Amino acid sequence: MLENLLAAFAAVFDITTLGFMLVGVTAGLIAGAIPGFTITMAVVLTLPFTFGMPAEQGLAVMLAVFVGGLSGGLMSGMLTGIPGTPSSVATTFDGFPMARKGRPGLALGIGVWSSFFGGLISAVLLVALAPQLARLGLEFGPWDYFALVMFALTITASLAGDNMLKGLIAGALGLLAATIGEDDINGVARLNFGLDSLKQGFAFLPVLIGLFAFSQLLSDVEDPNRAKKALMTGATKAVKVEHRRAIGEVFTRWRNLVQSALIGLFTGILPGAGGSISNILAYDQAKKTSKTPEKFGTGVPDGIVASEAANNATAGGALIMMMALGIPGDIVTAIMLGALLIHDVVPSPSFIGDEPVLAYGIFVAFFLAHFMMIGMQAFCLRIFVLVTKVPMYTLAAVILAYCAIGVFALHNIVFDIWTLFWFGVIGYTMRVLGFPLAPMILGVVLGNIAEVNLSRALAISSDVTLFFTRPWSLFFVTIALFSAVFPWYQKHRGQQRWTLVFIPVLCMAVSPPLFMMEGITRPVIGGLLLVLGGYLLWRRWQGGWKLDAPIEHPTPVKET
Amino acid sequence: MGRLNRDTYVALFLLIACGVFFWATLQVEDMGYGTMGSEVWPQLILAVLFALTLGYLFQSLRKQQEQPLFEGGVKGFLGRYRNALWCYALFFLFLVTLPWLGMLLGGILFVFMALTVLGERTPRAVGIHALIAVGSITAMWAIFTFGLRVILPQGEVFSVL
Repeated sequence: MLENLLAAFAAVFDITTLGFMLVGVTAGLIAGAIPGFTITMAVVLTLPFTFGMPAEQGLAVMLAVFVGGLSGGLMSGMLTGIPGTPSSVATTFDGFPMARKGRPGLALGIGVWSSFFGGLISAVLLVALAPQLARLGLEFGPWDYFALVMFALTITASLAGDNMLKGLIAGALGLLAATIGEDDINGVARLNFGLDSLKQGFAFLPVLIGLFAFSQLLSDVEDPNRAKKALMTGATKAVKVEHRRAIGEVFTRWRNLVQSALIGLFTGILPGAGGSISNILAYDQAKKTSKTPEKFGTGVPDGIVASEAANNATAGGALIMMMALGIPGDIVTAIMLGALLIHDVVPSPSFIGDEPVLAYGIFVAFFLAHFMMIGMQAFCLRIFVLVTKVPMYTLAAVILAYCAIGVFALHNIVFDIWTLFWFGVIGYTMRVLGFPLAPMILGVVLGNIAEVNLSRALAISSDVTLFFTRPWSLFFVTIALFSAVFPWYQKHRGQQRWTLVFIPVLCMAVSPPLFMMEGITRPVIGGLLLVLGGYLLWRRWQGGWKLDAPIEHPTPVKET
Repeated sequence: MGRLNRDTYVALFLLIACGVFFWATLQVEDMGYGTMGSEVWPQLILAVLFALTLGYLFQSLRKQQEQPLFEGGVKGFLGRYRNALWCYALFFLFLVTLPWLGMLLGGILFVFMALTVLGERTPRAVGIHALIAVGSITAMWAIFTFGLRVILPQGEVFSVL
């Protein structure tokens, strides 16, 4: 292990890698600070530069952009009241009032240091949990993997907005897009409608860049008047960050910091749930557990700590899923998974064992990026003030051309730019029609994994009941079913009686597969969940099945 | 019967697309080996997509409010999505002319035209657009050509010059 760790350190602490990472963190911080310019967009645009790099270096640069982006959103949120990314929406609730009260330096400091410590907590847990989860992943058979992919798609669709049907349709369209061209199992061309250019299918990254970046840019310039205006109007000026005072404020709120980081981490582990959800959940939780909840929203440090610690910690959670099981936790890690595939590295439960230097390199780069983020924040604040004077249409036109060059660089074929174009049309049309893009992107990414595992499962046994009788498969199928009902639960909570039994029944339903698993720990957890479900039901019964007052819950989500 | 909802049109389009793709899966060659044929997985997805789209269709038919396919008719559509349509048209033109103009010249022209269509069209603004187009694309072209050693399409015009 030490040998691999040293090799990873050598790869990441290479002077070229450090230089690229510094540029990446800077670019991420600025991109994250610009409203409408999401973290995903920043990572997507970094991709073409990483094609020619060694895998360790490429991944380190993308992680630097990711971490920078997660922390950049707080700058515009605090100084202008407009969050730079959906991941920093809740930061604005208290950051902006604090800045308006004449403490912008302290507000920024608390945000920056909460991001830093939240990220470090999640990095430690990433190192500790990823290998454990990967060990669990080794127990997975093809039935379990197939069920896991279906769960990932269902939960992404359920978290993707008001209309779950549209989310599921988008997921199915993504799976369908991934089937075009030669299949991985038999090598037979399919759904190419006689076109030779489609025989090889679509390259993964032009599809993602088209669906996400192309369509996002066109959405940004849709309004002709807004497109011509500077990115931000109003006076924005750089301020001096009060580091020492901010560290003290964050440390005195260590409980909130740890709680929020854990919320962020576990939200990140859920496929499809990113920083846009975790920052609001953590803020909500911090408010509930606070002795002075009425002060939230007036500029209290706790609100900033919760939101910023959670959104940075989400990255660690998403990386845990990607590295341990090969399932991306969010769109950014889906793109990173694509970057790994370009380097012929296929994340799976054996990834950490097979590619230890790369895996440890990711851990080291994730840690290091947080230190770089702290160092670059003050510098980026000045650049951010300059960048906000640029109109959106200028950025959009230049980036569209850059997308074309970057996509061409992938395989040196013009067909990839056509793919970018057509998927740009599809992505934009879907946005306009209210279809979420996250499930479609995940469908494209996970399509092949699902097909290969379904084929393997059926090759081993034609008995389809195995999908419902194997413990892990049953577990994923059960939570997929509950996640499908989740949007209705969220909508009717506090209004309809059936919502009172949702959580208890969920606890009881996941316990049978846990009982069926090997060892002692998981059956014990299953038993505890069963008891918890029973206890919750008993309490509801004792309370006369009385409905609570409707609770305002965040129903995000835009892609981060 | 009132006007159809926008979602209804989308659902109908998706149902037709399901049919077309399903027909295409019937043309997939059967290699006679492997437990699962190459057509099975797409057919499974299409079956699920078909069922979901039917649900979407019924949902859209149940909706009370009318939401036309294009708000304000074709004129309204062209007005609202003018910028996006221009970008697509220019990008399409850029792709079609790429073999002749190459990435450098084509890219500069694309960025210049996109900036001019989307932004202000005063003589000063057009001058700035030209500078941005030449500066940004030349810089990117240089980074990819010399830094990353990617051979970008040169274009017939450039090779003649």
